[in-house]
Amino acid sequence: MAQVTEPETDNLGETLAVEAGGHTPWREYFSFSTDHKVIGIQYLVCTFIFYLIGGALATAVRTELATPDSDFVSRELYNGLFTIHATVMIFLWIVPAGTGAFGNYLIPLMIGARDMAFPRLNAIAFWLIPPGGILLLSSFFVGAAGAGWTSYPPLSTTGEKAGEFIWILSVLILGTSSILGGINFLTTILKMRMPGMGLNDMPLFCWAMLAASALILISTPVLAGALILLAFDLIAGTAFFNPMGGGDPVVYQHMFWFYSHPAVYIMILPIFGMISDILPVHARKPIFGYQAIAYSSMAISFLGLIVWAHHMFTSGTPGWLRMFFMVATMIIAVPTGIKVFSWLATVWGGKIRLNSAMLFGLGFVSMFVIGGLSGIMIASVPFDIHVHDTYFIVAHLHYVLFGGSVFGLYAGIYHWFPKMTGRMMNEFLGKLHFVLTFIGFNLCFLPMHYLGLQGMPRRVAEYDPKFATVNLICTVGSYILAVSTFPLIINAVWSWIGGAKASGNPWDALTMEWQTASPPPVENFIGEPVRLTGPYDYGMGDRNSGIPMPESQANTPMLSGGPTVS
Amino acid sequence: MKVPSAIWTMIAGITITLVSLWVGQNHSLMPVAASEEAPRIDALFNTMMTISTGLFLIVQGIIVISIFKFRKRANDNTDGPPIHGNVPLEILWTAIPAVIIMGIGVYSFEIYNSMGGLDPMASHESHVAHKHQAGAAIAASLPSDEPGMAPSKAPGKLVALGVGASPRTQGQDPFVSVNVLGLQFAWIFTYPNSGVTSGELHLPAGKEVELTISASDVIHSLWIPEFRLKQDAIPGRESELRFVPQVVGEYSVVCAELCGSYHGGMKTRVIVQTEEDFQAWLQSQIVAQSEGLETVALNPADLSETDYLQPLAAEMGIDGESLKQLHAEHHLGDRSI
Repeated sequence: MAQVTEPETDNLGETLAVEAGGHTPWREYFSFSTDHKVIGIQYLVCTFIFYLIGGALATAVRTELATPDSDFVSRELYNGLFTIHATVMIFLWIVPAGTGAFGNYLIPLMIGARDMAFPRLNAIAFWLIPPGGILLLSSFFVGAAGAGWTSYPPLSTTGEKAGEFIWILSVLILGTSSILGGINFLTTILKMRMPGMGLNDMPLFCWAMLAASALILISTPVLAGALILLAFDLIAGTAFFNPMGGGDPVVYQHMFWFYSHPAVYIMILPIFGMISDILPVHARKPIFGYQAIAYSSMAISFLGLIVWAHHMFTSGTPGWLRMFFMVATMIIAVPTGIKVFSWLATVWGGKIRLNSAMLFGLGFVSMFVIGGLSGIMIASVPFDIHVHDTYFIVAHLHYVLFGGSVFGLYAGIYHWFPKMTGRMMNEFLGKLHFVLTFIGFNLCFLPMHYLGLQGMPRRVAEYDPKFATVNLICTVGSYILAVSTFPLIINAVWSWIGGAKASGNPWDALTMEWQTASPPPVENFIGEPVRLTGPYDYGMGDRNSGIPMPESQANTPMLSGGPTVS
Repeated sequence: MKVPSAIWTMIAGITITLVSLWVGQNHSLMPVAASEEAPRIDALFNTMMTISTGLFLIVQGIIVISIFKFRKRANDNTDGPPIHGNVPLEILWTAIPAVIIMGIGVYSFEIYNSMGGLDPMASHESHVAHKHQAGAAIAASLPSDEPGMAPSKAPGKLVALGVGASPRTQGQDPFVSVNVLGLQFAWIFTYPNSGVTSGELHLPAGKEVELTISASDVIHSLWIPEFRLKQDAIPGRESELRFVPQVVGEYSVVCAELCGSYHGGMKTRVIVQTEEDFQAWLQSQIVAQSEGLETVALNPADLSETDYLQPLAAEMGIDGESLKQLHAEHHLGDRSI
């Protein structure tokens, strides 16, 4: 770890001030605010609303699938429902919530900066989200796009043209927002760290955001290119991807997946970072293998760019290329495995506070591992040939993106809610939320592995009656999952209005965002922030005397108590 | 007496290994294996299930034990031990996954190669040659000498993407060739050497089969779960799927790639028969179709695809709109020549 800047008494007093919290007037959240904290909460609330809409669409999809026949909605509407469900969940919930909401709120606080590098750009990035989302949902009025969120031509250019064009336009808007955010995060992390904070002194969430932002900047423009060409095919009659005019639909697949596989890591990397910050706090132990976790994020970021064709093993990919992408995909299991084992070692032997944040944190590790293991399976070409485009894939991606990303986002909400609002959340409702989510999630998605292996393709409104019982179980699970969001909504609203007041550092955490008031004042810190400890130096120093142990002496921890700095 | 932790670790290791091995062999998650390739893929899946079960039990076991054993006790506000890392341990758990995935990778490579995935002839790309479905059927409607046998490939013809001949049969012609056309929302199977066109796929058991797959409108994907095989049908390209059906019976042919509103209804049957039954079926179809097409066979050049397929449409469950799209495919073929 880097050297510690010796605290000056005056600065220390200012740094540790917790009483000057900045409660934001509610009107501020509907304004073009350039405060990263306001923007972060704007992102979080806005994307959560879209998450509820996406969830409602998913519930409609599962209701259709409760019986083998196509009897709940028309087939066209069904295709629109799952297409918009996936698009909303990816582009309007997980990506902007993971990067936009938590990235915006936490990065400047964690690195001791007063704001993001480009505050106005930041506000523009957020204010692209609501119109992009509303535009997308408005497509239901003209016949929503029904070619899946992958939008493969020629199907996407021969179906609902108005709906498809709206889909393209909204994804372009949301992608632009993502790119603007990525530029901001990279610049902020690289240029605006407080004095004395090297890259290896940053909280691991910052490392994860660094890796995710790099991916955003490299891959998102390729998606934009693909969609612009697709739009030309759709409305101008060109033939970039249309075989009737000499185009090639497989080229679209390459361009699409060049973004959309890295998008998986854009979604999950910030969550990895959040979990790496949440587990040590509530296990009261330093993160195990800081550098291994930090560098594995960068490795995942790099490897994530060279695996896209594993989505195309059954399409136009030559045999030798399939082998390359198989090996590259499997290699990602190594840095991911490093993270998982490091998290387990962090928890092992700790003093675990099993609160809502920790439950979702451990739930994340547990569920993500299932998605990771099925991910290794489908990296294997011969096996993937059998399960590609089946419910096995639906199960896998939901274990990664719901069991992974959404569980992680929930953990983040419970962990940082006191910092964001100055209020504690209700633990009973939090635990109820976890139990319902855990049961509903597994009931909904675990049986889908079986469905896919047995022969049920994805994206079908009607299916073989022999799959009826298992599908009904999945549908019941989806209803429980839908109900599970109510305790969270009630908890968040109720706690924000009248929850117990939170101190600046209710979890006794050591990262910089907890060393200021809850919620933090405008420009985050009163005076110059000073680092007193490393971000994960739990178990070092003298909690009773309130004196943290400087890192230079940290190799021989003297007491089992950690520092108290608030 | 306190049992040393090494003993507990060993007991846990043995238990996890035995449970994983049992689960890997007894999960019953796969449907019946009806092709020569299927048991190989099942064996690969079983291996991965064994490893996955072991890793799953280790991770979940550590989490559950931690929750109970390392839970904060009441009135204990101290921190856990400040352990930042352990380099040998980190090297170990980097090396173990690396070795595991290397093993799975090599195993997958072997299986894929034995299936014919690395057939050099199948790694060339070809755009759809002009294949006039109706014309091809009519032109070949005269019974050939050996209706079951596949025609030899034209010299220099590029074979399409997909899964080709296994190393054992590379360079040899398959026993049966079938042209498969995917269109919204049906599969059409044409036996080019005998001129038979069918809405169901009939195949002889124990003989190598080659499917040449194309699409007339949007991307489809031919999937036969019991064969563990799938290949996309892409407009403007041909793809190949070569395999050996093994178990006599009827199985589903499913479209796995979203292809429009009736995607879920785009399915038919593959009927694996003994060689004698297959030949008998083929002969009966030749007779039936040549009788049914007696008048039109006189001048096939003047016949549109729509007109040709109209008598078959009801049987195959194809609507008029789909037939029109065949016309588009016809022109596509013209351009690619």
